[in-house]
Amino acid sequence: MSVIEDHTVYEDIKISLAMPGDYFALLKPRVMSLVVFTALVGLLVAPGSIDPVLGAVSILCIAIGAGASGALNMWYDADIDAIMSRTASRPIPSGKITRQEALGFGLFLSAFSVITFGLAVNWFAAFLLAFTIFYYAVVYSMWLKRATPQNIVIGGAAGAFPPMIGWAAVTGSVSLESIVLFAIIFIWTPPHFWALALFKAEDYKRAAIPMMPNVAGEASTKKQILAYSLVVAPLGVSPWILGFASIAYGVIAAAFGVAFVWFAYRVFKMDEADRKMLPAKKLFGFSILYLFVLYASLMVEALLPKVTALLGMA
Amino acid sequence: MSEKLETITLTDEQAKSRRSRNIAIGLLCGGLVILFYIMTWVKFGEIMLTKTG
Repeated sequence: MSVIEDHTVYEDIKISLAMPGDYFALLKPRVMSLVVFTALVGLLVAPGSIDPVLGAVSILCIAIGAGASGALNMWYDADIDAIMSRTASRPIPSGKITRQEALGFGLFLSAFSVITFGLAVNWFAAFLLAFTIFYYAVVYSMWLKRATPQNIVIGGAAGAFPPMIGWAAVTGSVSLESIVLFAIIFIWTPPHFWALALFKAEDYKRAAIPMMPNVAGEASTKKQILAYSLVVAPLGVSPWILGFASIAYGVIAAAFGVAFVWFAYRVFKMDEADRKMLPAKKLFGFSILYLFVLYASLMVEALLPKVTALLGMA
Repeated sequence: MSEKLETITLTDEQAKSRRSRNIAIGLLCGGLVILFYIMTWVKFGEIMLTKTG
């Protein structure tokens, strides 16, 4: 049999132009970095120890799992991502990756991260990771996001699970301390996202996403931001009160908690006619710093004895 | 017997992106082989320590 090649360029056949970086963008690397950081804190603060290699594998699996849920979210939300300015340049709306490719990529990474985590570390932590992926991709993205203004309140749990997974990787269980780490992020999420929703309200309106300012109005959202900030500030101090963080952490958390309430109060007092919404933008920026400082303080406290012990041995 | 096989000639851009993806997949597969090798040693080490301890 002989074969004669007929070299023809078929313009109508869609051949992917996606670069590896486009697939990486599907993983929502900025969200992933926050997940890695909080999971690492959970892993370091947990009592007991884990082999450093298995600890690194845990963080890798949690990162891949978070990335997988990001890809599944982009697969499902491709239609509204194309409408909003903040998300229009994502790989699917920009035409670099098809929805089917994103779905396959997300499902494969979900299965890979959970199975590897279970085999290498423990199945309880792997179950928590699987549940987190399901919660973000199905409960938040499919059920809540387009249905209720409480979307990010309930859906916020997905972002709060990583420190609990990190903790479970070491201990194989859940405890009051890991629930507190979860609760801090869970209660922090609404004021953080509603500050963004205030100055991005037009975007959300165009995409018909029922965020709190679009449904309940700006005044009600501001009130709720202040109410949540009054809960998150003392909750941030609770690791010291419960005895798993030092007084130094308690002082830092209290100072940043007061500042959080102050920024939320400035949003509460923001004029209805203010379209620049500088207080809301400031609260959004400060809320990221707040969470980072609290978790970084916990991490430093967890690492200090280990570093001291290592230096003592040397 | 002769058979005419129709093939697609990739444009430079398509070929470049495919090559990049192939390199990335290759590197990831290599990385995973190393990772699973190390993980296996660590897990075996744990079991050995438990049995001898």
